[in-house]
Amino acid sequence: MTKTPTNWTLRDDAMVEQMIRRGASRRDLLKMLMSSGIAASVGGSLLLRADAAVASTPVTGGTLKAAGWSSSTADTLDPAKASLSTDYVRCCAFYNRLTFLDEAGQVQMELAESVSSDDAQTWEVKLKSGVTFHDGKTLAAEDVVFSLKRHLDEAVGSKVNSIAKQMTEISKVDDLTVKIVLAAPNADLPTILALHHFMILADGTSDFSTANGTGAFICEAFEPGVRSIAVKNPNYFKGQGAYLDSFEFFGIPDNNARVNALLSGDIQYAASVNPRSSRLLDGNDSVATLVSTSGNYTNLNIRKDLNPGQAEGFIEGMKYLLNREAIQKSAFRGFAEIANDQPVSPANRYHNPNVKPRDFDPERAKSLFDKAGLLGVEIPVVASDAATASVDMATILQQSGSEIGMNLKVDRVPSDGYWSNYWLKAPVHFGNINPRPTPDILFSLLYSSDAPWNESQYKSEKFDSLLVEARGALDEERRTAIYWEMQEMVANEAGTAIPVYISNMDAFSAKLGGLKPNPLGGMMGYAFAEYVWLNA
Amino acid sequence: MSPSLLPWFLVVQRLGIALLTLVIVSFAVFFATELLPGDVAEILLGQAATPEAVAGLRAAMGLDEPALSRFVGWLVGLAQGDLGTSYVNNMEVVELIAGRLGNSLRLAGVTTLLSVPVALSLGIGAAMYRGSLFDRMVSVLTISVISVPEFMVATLAVLIFAVWLDWLPALSYGADVSSIGAMLKAYAMPVITLSCVISAQMIRMTRAAVIETLNTPYVEMALLKGASRRRMVLIHALPNALGPIANAVALSVSYLVGGVIIVETIFNYPGVAKLMVDAVSTRDLPLIQSCAMIFCVSYLSLITLADLIAILSNPRLR
Repeated sequence: MTKTPTNWTLRDDAMVEQMIRRGASRRDLLKMLMSSGIAASVGGSLLLRADAAVASTPVTGGTLKAAGWSSSTADTLDPAKASLSTDYVRCCAFYNRLTFLDEAGQVQMELAESVSSDDAQTWEVKLKSGVTFHDGKTLAAEDVVFSLKRHLDEAVGSKVNSIAKQMTEISKVDDLTVKIVLAAPNADLPTILALHHFMILADGTSDFSTANGTGAFICEAFEPGVRSIAVKNPNYFKGQGAYLDSFEFFGIPDNNARVNALLSGDIQYAASVNPRSSRLLDGNDSVATLVSTSGNYTNLNIRKDLNPGQAEGFIEGMKYLLNREAIQKSAFRGFAEIANDQPVSPANRYHNPNVKPRDFDPERAKSLFDKAGLLGVEIPVVASDAATASVDMATILQQSGSEIGMNLKVDRVPSDGYWSNYWLKAPVHFGNINPRPTPDILFSLLYSSDAPWNESQYKSEKFDSLLVEARGALDEERRTAIYWEMQEMVANEAGTAIPVYISNMDAFSAKLGGLKPNPLGGMMGYAFAEYVWLNA
Repeated sequence: MSPSLLPWFLVVQRLGIALLTLVIVSFAVFFATELLPGDVAEILLGQAATPEAVAGLRAAMGLDEPALSRFVGWLVGLAQGDLGTSYVNNMEVVELIAGRLGNSLRLAGVTTLLSVPVALSLGIGAAMYRGSLFDRMVSVLTISVISVPEFMVATLAVLIFAVWLDWLPALSYGADVSSIGAMLKAYAMPVITLSCVISAQMIRMTRAAVIETLNTPYVEMALLKGASRRRMVLIHALPNALGPIANAVALSVSYLVGGVIIVETIFNYPGVAKLMVDAVSTRDLPLIQSCAMIFCVSYLSLITLADLIAILSNPRLR
């Protein structure tokens, strides 16, 4: 039995493990633990435990039963239509992408041998040779051309139709080479191809009652809204293949039912567990947790073209009035990382750590509001359960406001219709944005002058031109510099206050090994089935 | 009309009304779904729903036809025994429903077999010994069970029997059902939860109906003639209380087919209630309609059956 300090929870275990994975040295960790008042001897034993969790040897065999949080008759094995985590998990098990993102957010090759370009506009994709589909067919250029082109066909109903539209030409060069020409230079293509929707199918596939992919598992049964059963693919092109013999996946939408099923041993993996259940899991040696922060956030939006956002100083004042620590601790029970008012999270390799989160400074906010002439004026803040934890955040904000004589009124509206009636429309309201893999997608979706979801109506010519420049820049250093500058611009100029990045917690049996957080989301970016093993 | 034909006339009338009800319900469900914001194309595309993409998908799915012609098309198909194809995943509706309806009927069947005899004997017993300690205990018990919502019963049952005691599996589906013992274990919690919900109503109705007939002059006559309490209740009172009891049982049992969404959710049991909820949230009309028809048919046949029992057990109507 290891010695554990009081108040030490699973979350802290997960944090230490995560720091080790991110490359923190033993000395760094001990220093951090000591600074938070943990004696060196106890700290040492905690680290041993975390080390053991990170570095255990894989075991083959066994059946994993895992439960996601959503499942309905709309479940699909068609990657183009995949819309929920459940679909992503299945697609990752049965198919492969050309590229994927590793835990550091770096692009790695999967079915592609290389993805290269001289001008970021004309790309050449070389495929690995000797990869076979589950039905025995060998992977060839036709399959890739077919898989990418179907996103352009409106009858398919692809979720990434608008992203795929930039591929103006997709053609076969030879058996293992595909040429992709873009409408305009975009150096992010290798990252875009790592999106779950761009899984590679066999040429001509139209029946999705089962999955014929190249993936680590073969689909044995699939009943939408009920479950899927996958068995190990013995001919997998990656050397070791899956560790598990079989993998059953289904949805248990009710959080308590999911946690109870895990605690009673009926399942070994419960995805996305509500932080409220963490108390139930703490102190239970048979379960462990994986916390991934992948850039999902709930933000306060203040429209710059309407009152009160038009008044000089109001937006800045609100950013100082947000008590980020209180939001992290009480609204998310610690399962969040403090953010710096811009959408590129630390999970992304382009995150700018020099943009510091604003301190909670009510006095400064007060003087800014005073200057704007808004002190004492009643200002409605629209919040809804539709935007995760926004009602709690609004209440915290209102409290801080009342202490400095700022009269914020929380306007709580129903979830149904929130996104079409209030979001983007109300002068001061909350939004919720899912993680996106590249700064380019985030900025073009949310902050460029013509962005469809420009939450604060932020317009800047300089920002627009930087966006286009970075998109076409193949020089990694130059791109990073531009994205860092853009993050600074958004944090200081836009009317969107992003207090925290929300973490996702998955809970699983302590017997499960091999899990690591991934920037694409929980469950190792939904691809965990291939990488995990069950210890006896 | 000759008196011997009267009950059969009533039966045919009931069946005719049932058929008419079905048509009206399918019409109402279709247009209620049409009124919901968003259609299947918008929901399938989600955040990626640009106007062009939605229009393209609608055309591909045949959703751009007028609502009335789609409804008539579906009705004609139904008359020929074709339930149609799901909009969402292109599977035959029959295929989607078949397995799930089997699950629902199995759960409903086991629950009925367990709860109806228990509820009837408790109800009759309470009426026979009205005012006794037994009667009061049954009353208090039923009132408390009615007052506790089923999600509470179900969640507590899971916590106690699956998580703490580890006697039963927390999930009913996907659990090991290879032996009779394992199957009993898997069904135990959902069946007990559902029995709690439906028994209380049946017990109270049975007790009330029997007590009412016990107050009639002919039962008093039987008492004066020296009949035992058991004979008085079982031979004289019960047959006359059969109509209302059958109705109470039918109402409770009909709930088991479509109304058990909470139990299906908590025990992760794939039945038709969850299927209907999925269908509504994706605006999958053929599936919504088919589920609605199934609920309606099962409800109507149970109620009609109860009416038949009431008619045939009533000497004045027989």
